[in-house]
Amino acid sequence: MNHIKTLDTKNLCESAKNGGCGECQTSCQSACKTSCGIANQQCENKKETK
Amino acid sequence: MIHCYKLGGLNIVLDIFSGSVHVVDEVAYDIIEMYEKSDKEQIISEILKKYKNRDDVTKEEIEICISQIEDLKDAGKLFTPDTFSPMADTLKKKTSGVVKALCLHVAHTCNLNCEYCFASQGKYQGERAIMSLEVGKRALDFLIENSKGRRNLEVDFFGGEPLMNFDMIKELVAYARKREKESGKNFRFTLTTNGLLIDDDVIDFANREMSNVVLSLDGRKEIHDRYRVDYAGNGSWERIVPKFQKLVKERGGKNYYMRGTFTHANPDFLKDIEEMLSLGFKELSMEPVVCAPSDASALTDEDLPIVLDQYEKLAELMLKKHREGDPFTFYHYMIDLKGGPCIYKRVSGCGSGTEYMAVTPWGDLYPCHQFVGDEKFKLGDIWSGVTNTEKQGEFAACNVYSRPECSNCWAKLYCSGGCAANAYHATGAVTGVYKYGCELFRKRMECAIMLEAAKALED
Repeated sequence: MNHIKTLDTKNLCESAKNGGCGECQTSCQSACKTSCGIANQQCENKKETK
Repeated sequence: MIHCYKLGGLNIVLDIFSGSVHVVDEVAYDIIEMYEKSDKEQIISEILKKYKNRDDVTKEEIEICISQIEDLKDAGKLFTPDTFSPMADTLKKKTSGVVKALCLHVAHTCNLNCEYCFASQGKYQGERAIMSLEVGKRALDFLIENSKGRRNLEVDFFGGEPLMNFDMIKELVAYARKREKESGKNFRFTLTTNGLLIDDDVIDFANREMSNVVLSLDGRKEIHDRYRVDYAGNGSWERIVPKFQKLVKERGGKNYYMRGTFTHANPDFLKDIEEMLSLGFKELSMEPVVCAPSDASALTDEDLPIVLDQYEKLAELMLKKHREGDPFTFYHYMIDLKGGPCIYKRVSGCGSGTEYMAVTPWGDLYPCHQFVGDEKFKLGDIWSGVTNTEKQGEFAACNVYSRPECSNCWAKLYCSGGCAANAYHATGAVTGVYKYGCELFRKRMECAIMLEAAKALED
């Protein structure tokens, strides 16, 4: 039986190759302004390998 | 590095350096926890012992499970080694010399007198002031000039209360629209407001021009009015809620955040979230108060377990509402596992002091809004640019690998080292770590990922 279900996620190792366009939102700008995190930022790089 | 946790009835395994998320059964969960510390025979023996009352847990089945784990490891989705550490400086340097976001302090004054305000009632420990159109225009020119190849530029109208300088904001946005055509840039504006001055003109303008609006409401009337009072001491809840409702109703689906602050007075902030929902708001954010530990509103060690429990209960409520077809969003639980940030962003963090700066009404530059008013953090001004390169260097050196305290933390590639201002206020160094905030952050990430996992399994 299958014991593990793997969700569809971005591969961070792949993103090292084509990431870094810098077009994404500045983390707490336009939002919470007090407790930073980057997890909820959207990638805006259409060329990046997902 | 992996992180294993149980939440919402799910057994979740995160593979930190690939970004993979696995939902596993109980047996696989135990095996994965043992995998790096024990050999195969030890694992089989321990698992058979633990599950001796379960007929389905046989030696053969355990071997199948181990082989599934090994397949994932071979595919780079489990026990992935850290290959990012050597490239951290290079990744961070991609931001070098590029400014892409400004927080414009268009009004260092406020029509509310909130005791808990980190900006000392909008004055930032200084004099009351209003930004002139001339300064505002120069700030946008500075942003365009220093944005290099970046197309998307963010500008936040902040205060104090920015609507106390509304006429200037309107003129400045018109100027920006003209400049963006000439320069090939795309301005995204945000307005952060306490709501008192919202009228039909503001609603029309904000819903047309602002990519996002951040509306300050702390939830329950008694909680909101405890701190958010005018200079006569009157609460503001009854005056602002109808204005917020009208603005959101007419926003036509564009982004907004109903943004509350929770303090020692309401660590049970889920009740405030529920109040926001009952008022018809669906895009929510509740933030822990930022203040000195000695402040009466500061969250205490006794508040911590309450807050952590509230985060879990909030996730449960969100899942319930999602299943009922009546979903709402919470800023810190908005995580896109497929389309989220690349490793460059995860390593380099928020960009304060480098990609992102705050501009005072006088045109001075600071690393972010939370450092405004602390003279030693002044980086320069919008005419001469950054002149305090030594101070900027401290921010440029901040990345997730520059903080030794983060080295063994599973959440580091979700928070990228945390907020420099929080770190500074907690430890005296921007490269420090605000440990209380870390506790909250890790719980929020566990909840956010659990929510996504639960939805993915059900959809």
